Amino acid sequence: MADDVSHNSRRGLLLVSPPFLTTLVLLAGPLGAIILFSFWTQDYLTLNTDFTIKNYVEAAQDPIYGLLLGRSLLVAGAVTLLTVITAFPVAYFISFHVKPSRKSLWLFLITIPFWTSYLIRVFLWKVVLGFNGVINSGLIEVGIIDAPITFILYNLNAVIITLAHAFAPFAILPIFVALEKIDRALLEASRDLGETRVATFFRVTLPLAMPGLVAATLIVFIPVIGDYITPRLVGGPGGLMIANMIQTQFLKLNNAPMGAALAVISMVAVTVIATLFVWLNRRFLKVRS
Amino acid sequence: MTMISLSGVNKHYDSYHALRNIDLDIEAGEFFSLLGPSGCGKTTLLRTIAGFEDIESGTLKIAGADMAEVPPNRRPTNMVFQSYAIFPHLNVAQNVAFGLRKSDLSKSEQTRVVGEALEMVGLDGFGARAANALSGGQRQRVALARALVLKPKVLLLDEPLSALDKKLREQMQLELRRLQRQVGITFILVTHDQEEALIMSDRIAVMFEGQIAQLADPQTLYRAPASRKVGEFIGTMNVMPVAQNAGNLTIAGLGQVSDPARDTVSHAGIRPETMSILFPGEPDRDRVAAAKIVDRAYYGDMTYYEVGLDGLDNTLTISMKNLMGREILEIGTPVRISWREDALVFFDQ
Repeated sequence: MADDVSHNSRRGLLLVSPPFLTTLVLLAGPLGAIILFSFWTQDYLTLNTDFTIKNYVEAAQDPIYGLLLGRSLLVAGAVTLLTVITAFPVAYFISFHVKPSRKSLWLFLITIPFWTSYLIRVFLWKVVLGFNGVINSGLIEVGIIDAPITFILYNLNAVIITLAHAFAPFAILPIFVALEKIDRALLEASRDLGETRVATFFRVTLPLAMPGLVAATLIVFIPVIGDYITPRLVGGPGGLMIANMIQTQFLKLNNAPMGAALAVISMVAVTVIATLFVWLNRRFLKVRS
Repeated sequence: MTMISLSGVNKHYDSYHALRNIDLDIEAGEFFSLLGPSGCGKTTLLRTIAGFEDIESGTLKIAGADMAEVPPNRRPTNMVFQSYAIFPHLNVAQNVAFGLRKSDLSKSEQTRVVGEALEMVGLDGFGARAANALSGGQRQRVALARALVLKPKVLLLDEPLSALDKKLREQMQLELRRLQRQVGITFILVTHDQEEALIMSDRIAVMFEGQIAQLADPQTLYRAPASRKVGEFIGTMNVMPVAQNAGNLTIAGLGQVSDPARDTVSHAGIRPETMSILFPGEPDRDRVAAAKIVDRAYYGDMTYYEVGLDGLDNTLTISMKNLMGREILEIGTPVRISWREDALVFFDQ
């Protein structure tokens, strides 16, 4: 009996150790290093390993960091809102109006943009949004505008549009799953009890889709905060985000400790917001499970 | 007064003819059952009345008003769904109050009627309970309260008892019947369980393949089935071929009967409990035939014997009460069976 237990636990440990080790080496290690670095300082090439909170004080005092973090949160919020609002009708359509036998095909089609690299997709948005881009030449051709409009490239709008497109499938899938789980008899019951289609949507469908919406929000929000490719390529000077500053600190200014401190700060910000959402999710899930 | 009136109602699913020219009148205050095997169209018919299925031709009137253009939310019907369809994100009281949003009742009046409805179905004090903390029987009661609180003209029940265990099902059958008498609303029950239909209904429509095969009260349905199919669907029916013989009918195994010959008759049927096995020492009574026990099934209160007769290919089922001191006969025992001509029903095919 005791042998069985130790045999089982040994086998369990054996199964768990590869992922545990990779997590330790590839995630916990770098994370610890970043936190450690953030309390050090660097003077050109020499690393000063005395413990100090100077980097955090500087991050708090220099307005540029606050501005960039605020902008990152704003962009991430806007992208999340736009993505979830546009993803919902798509997920709803697939779940409620596509024949069951065709649903996997539709989900497959939604992943097609992923067949191209992220970088190329961002470049393609430059072609679409640019001064002589698809939208401008199209609108001029049709005669809606006389001169190219410029508020759609090299600013925050472009960043938001590009990111919202890139993350759409990540939002569609969890919302679709939540909608699929809704018993269709509930919708009929609501109609039977006197509610119109619209009222049924707000009183039954939407509350039951909430876990999917919260999941979609988290899945989009967290990676968008840390994105630095899209802001660099389509954001212009006013579209840079906190991740661009972290990159600059590490690679251009040779100030890894400052970059590490900024990384820790944005991580904390994300953690606070994510925790809030997880708490909301729990609240909604508690009623259901 | 006629509450629901269907005439010439047709419905197809692709090439499948789900409802074939249905004509049906259901009276106000009636406990009406739609009975049939799965796929016979009974649920489709119920959903048609609720407004979840469009009809292709024919008319449906509820309380005299044509329902063609009336969506389910504006029909004077409420439904208890097979899965109960209890809203998982609402508690019991919120579920019951769901349909009251548009009513003229104030918040406090709503609380009162919800409480009354819960009391009526025996869920007093369950209001704050989460919907997913309920058992199957409780969920069904919530579904009932949720529908009845709106005081519909017609309550539609889609196989409401099929998910319950046997004991609870029998209890709910009587309770539903009591509830129907109490509120006086027209109940329409869909079921595939013939016993359930017999116990609960004032009238039963037996459906096969999208058509109503017979519409009658339970006793008529059981005693005088209109066709062999109806007879065999409801309860057990022993069916024997009939020969036309010199102006009289001769039943295989049982012999000639005094009924005059009719060209159309091809089979005769007799119920297991209308025949009896004569135990040793019992005198002959009514008509008697010699038989042999082929098989038996012991049910505790009853024993069902399969008996074989000369001149009959199939066996007959005879049910006998296990009275005090009555022996359970062994397979292979030769016996006399007693039957009465007036228990026979004749079928065309």
